[in-house]
Amino acid sequence: MSVLRTTLMAGACAVGLVSGLSAETLRWGGGRDINSMDPYSFGSSYTLAFLNHVYEGLVRYDENLQIEPALATGWEILDERTWRFTLREGVTFHNGAPFTADDVLASLTRVTHPTSPLRGNLPAYASAEVVDDHTIDITLTGPYPLLLNDLTNIHIFNAQWLVDNNAELPTDFGAGTESYATFNANGTGPFRALERVPESRTVLEVFDGWWDDAQHNITRIEFTPITSAATRVAALLSGEIDFTEDAPVQDLARLEAAPNVTPLVTSDLRTVFFGFNQNETLHDGRPNAFTDIRVRQAFGHALDLELIHRRIMRGMSRVSGSIVAPEIPGWREDLDVPPAHDPELARSLLQEAGAEGFSFSITCAYNDYVNEEEICNAVIPMLNRAGFDASLDIGPSAIQSQKSSNRQTDVFILGWANLPMLDSFSILTQVMHSLEGTRGVFNWGSWSYPELDALIDAASTELDFDTRIGLQSEALEFVRDNAILMPLHQQPMAWAATDRVSEVLQLGDNKARHWKTRIAE
Amino acid sequence: MLVFVVKRLANAAMVMLVVAFIAFLIFRFIGDPVNLMVNEQATQADRDELRTRLGLDQPFAVQYIRFVTNAVQGDFGISYRNQQDVMTLIAERFPATLELVLAASILSLAIGVPLGVITAIHRGRWFSEALQFGSILGVSLPSFVIAILLILVFSVTLGWLPAFGRGETVQIGWWSTGLLTESGRRAIVLPAIALASYEITLVMRLVRAEMLEVLRSDFVKFARARGVPRRVIHFRHALRNCLMPVVTMTAMNVGTLIAFALVTETVFQWPGMGLLFIQAVTFADIPVMAAYLCLVSFIFVALNTLVDIVYAVIDPRLRDATA
Amino acid sequence: MSAPTDPTPRTGALARLRNSDLWRSFLSHRGAVVGAVLLAVLIVSALLAPVIAPQDVHDPRALDLWFSELPPVWVEGGEWPYILGTDVQGRDILSAVLYGSRSSILIGFFAVLLSLAIGLTIGLVAGWMGGIVDNLLMRFGDVLLSIPAILVAILVSSLAMQVIPSGWRDVTAGAVLVAAITLSNWVQYARIVRAQTAVERRKEYVQAARLLKVPARRILAHHILPNTLTPILVAATLSFGMAILLEATLSFLGVGMPPSRPSLGTLIRLGNQYLFSGMWWIVLFPVLQLSLLVIAVNLVGDWLRDALNPKLR
Repeated sequence: MSVLRTTLMAGACAVGLVSGLSAETLRWGGGRDINSMDPYSFGSSYTLAFLNHVYEGLVRYDENLQIEPALATGWEILDERTWRFTLREGVTFHNGAPFTADDVLASLTRVTHPTSPLRGNLPAYASAEVVDDHTIDITLTGPYPLLLNDLTNIHIFNAQWLVDNNAELPTDFGAGTESYATFNANGTGPFRALERVPESRTVLEVFDGWWDDAQHNITRIEFTPITSAATRVAALLSGEIDFTEDAPVQDLARLEAAPNVTPLVTSDLRTVFFGFNQNETLHDGRPNAFTDIRVRQAFGHALDLELIHRRIMRGMSRVSGSIVAPEIPGWREDLDVPPAHDPELARSLLQEAGAEGFSFSITCAYNDYVNEEEICNAVIPMLNRAGFDASLDIGPSAIQSQKSSNRQTDVFILGWANLPMLDSFSILTQVMHSLEGTRGVFNWGSWSYPELDALIDAASTELDFDTRIGLQSEALEFVRDNAILMPLHQQPMAWAATDRVSEVLQLGDNKARHWKTRIAE
Repeated sequence: MLVFVVKRLANAAMVMLVVAFIAFLIFRFIGDPVNLMVNEQATQADRDELRTRLGLDQPFAVQYIRFVTNAVQGDFGISYRNQQDVMTLIAERFPATLELVLAASILSLAIGVPLGVITAIHRGRWFSEALQFGSILGVSLPSFVIAILLILVFSVTLGWLPAFGRGETVQIGWWSTGLLTESGRRAIVLPAIALASYEITLVMRLVRAEMLEVLRSDFVKFARARGVPRRVIHFRHALRNCLMPVVTMTAMNVGTLIAFALVTETVFQWPGMGLLFIQAVTFADIPVMAAYLCLVSFIFVALNTLVDIVYAVIDPRLRDATA
Repeated sequence: MSAPTDPTPRTGALARLRNSDLWRSFLSHRGAVVGAVLLAVLIVSALLAPVIAPQDVHDPRALDLWFSELPPVWVEGGEWPYILGTDVQGRDILSAVLYGSRSSILIGFFAVLLSLAIGLTIGLVAGWMGGIVDNLLMRFGDVLLSIPAILVAILVSSLAMQVIPSGWRDVTAGAVLVAAITLSNWVQYARIVRAQTAVERRKEYVQAARLLKVPARRILAHHILPNTLTPILVAATLSFGMAILLEATLSFLGVGMPPSRPSLGTLIRLGNQYLFSGMWWIVLFPVLQLSLLVIAVNLVGDWLRDALNPKLR
């Protein structure tokens, strides 16, 4: 497991602190803003990671990315469809309300509501029943091995707070109301929300009533989104921010050279890949050559992954032939061999398929993944030299992901970290499976392989770990053999902190956990 | 007099109605609001129901009238991206933009007027020529280039001033000000200079031109012949004469500066409404775009109207000319 | 663009030009000469970009990642023929700057041309017809001017991005920018021409010509239009500079030319991301080129304005 605990050697004394700033304020500069203070309003790992400072789930990952108790202290499986959770006593919400089973029920009801964007994160949920104040039973639609993994990211609201503020349902645009929970928060976590100005700043302060032993020494977190990479670097260098989890890879050398900044670089679990539209026609009505496996293979042979790794990712990514990282159960070494870079082979495959000069566009966003714009810009000439006629459709994430989820793309780029599950079942059920209910929600190419679906379905109810992983590896092999996705690499994770920060916990899931961060005294 | 004021106001109202119409067209026809609001699994029935609820099935004119009625009351709907009332979003950011624009306006007067006077009085001297050339740089360098250079020199290399944001702010009622804290005052320096760079040149050139004209006039020649000291001529007569147009131009340019602030705000991540607008543009957040358009135009038109009316009060001859 | 044209060029225009006050004033104005020469060099080199640039920046196959991030040749690690180095995509900076100036200049030029065409027509029509037509047209202009130009341009080009299908954006981006800039640029010409036309219309020679049934078109083209050329020429020169700046700003903000058809503003936006990574050449050369270009235009424009302003003669 790629786990890194970084302890920065604090310099003898911090460089001149800006006046009026207490030593315990952590100034956190993000690459973009969080989407909302409501953890159920948008399915983004980034937003959820931030909100995890305020809200908590029943269970959480420890420093080795293993499940450990959080708001639940224990659980037992009553029958293969029912789980009983024992809840922690003595936990209070930020508003002082005690934490009980009713809060869990209200939260589960809210997150699985048909209008909730996060309902796919709890796919097996059927219902829940309060047993007593600190016991709750969760019933599933069938046997399901990954409930605990799913629950790490289901943040618990206070039931009464939701009722009082008329926020029991996920935000509904059409009603023309803004939800109270979009701008206010009341969790059980180590920090409470103090102020939120979207796109400008979000301020948290330490919650003294937190049930867990605080390992941090932070009294206040000021989160500022700084979308421009150059400005973010300038802010780090001049000490205006203390920490960012989005240090531009091209500037790491500069940051390394600066006396007051330490870059923290490691590999991410997130695998970035291209996927193909596999409908009979492209969305503009032209026949779709990507239904031919030779064209998809040609796409793979046209890409020079090594060159992208060396130039664009500055040697900090891990070239991958597999759609999951080696740390993810289901990965197999023999599946992790990328297609050879061979433009001539690509060209002859295209000729064989009668698809020379096949014109299509690749849909990319500016910065959903590390150096996404640069990657997409770089593959266009590679493809065109091999006989494709590719063009780039680049735009902001909100617009592009809408196109993708409406299946209006020819080729899309997607990065999948298998969070919070940390299991290849995540990508198999959400991306590879045919679109059916909560399955295949991210199957943006509309493919459907009954054989693949059968493997995934079998894995979904298999409770024996080794058998299940075997099935999933088989499924991954099928994906590779049929060239359904074209993986590029596991992207690097580049954080940076100034010497005001003495200790940061950086795990492979690329989530900041500032309840473990210490400021230099 | 009253007739003139009423006419001028009616004119301004007409202009605003047309601007609102443009905003309405954008709002209504670019990016179907229904498609942007529902999730992908919504059925046709859901869509129709939403369409009815939003009043999108009503006649065009009715929709427009409702848009204007709502807009006058400050209701521009909900931001698609932030899920928040658009007017609240803008109101939160308005103080940041206005403080930046006022700082830039004051800066442009404080720097532009003396430079204009110097170049006019010492016409032909080397430093005056150099300043004249400098003023060409001022109008030629785009403000984002100036902003980048300022950041590079003063934040990164010298580490004197912050490169982004507004520093700490103090809340006074609904107004948030950065001018009362040390970090807030430091943060406004670079953005204000970047925003003012163009305006400084305009002021300088206007002062120079006006001064030259006054200095050429018979009344100055006469004063000179009578032996009135140069200093008195320059500052008591000439400068005073040209201050009126300079102040007028600066006041009228506040509207333009508010619009141009969006470039400065983008580079410095200044949390004003220009940054909000640019973010709305990237995310196709149409309600925010429409509201920003209406608001900036309103400020623009209001300033122009006000200046016209004030001028008419001061100089009655203008009434017939512009009415 | 650089050689000032006589308002009424008929016979022996060149000779008259050489002897004119304007030409003499031009030669005696150091800034104007420098600006004009600079402008000529920049325009010619930009227009010849497809011929002289080592790399075809618009060809989607030309960029090679192998040759990315090379510094200029005089810096260690630089490689011929990438004289000014390359960017992260392997784009030759010299070629990009040449092509970028070409985009910037063409967009600025066509925006001014289109604005002139629209502004002159509307101004003439409004001034000649008077009454309700005049009122409507000029009020429309008022409305456009009541929205700051940069806002109009951003709205137009960002909305166009929404409407135009992605495959067409590369091709249409230039035209969209021309339209976006024109939309608020034409009004100033219309105002100048309308004012002049309204004055001339009442003059006796025009009244006489009308009595003689000389077609309106002829009167407008031969008598009224020439009288407005001087202020129009000044306004057009200065707004050529403004148009280039506006285009650069839009592209810098990401609502202008796409990276596959970069203008100078696009190059600065892309290069700005590498400000701290030591690759100064990516952003420096586009910045220099853009600055030189606008300075050159403004030097000529300033001189033209002073030279043609009777008050300052």
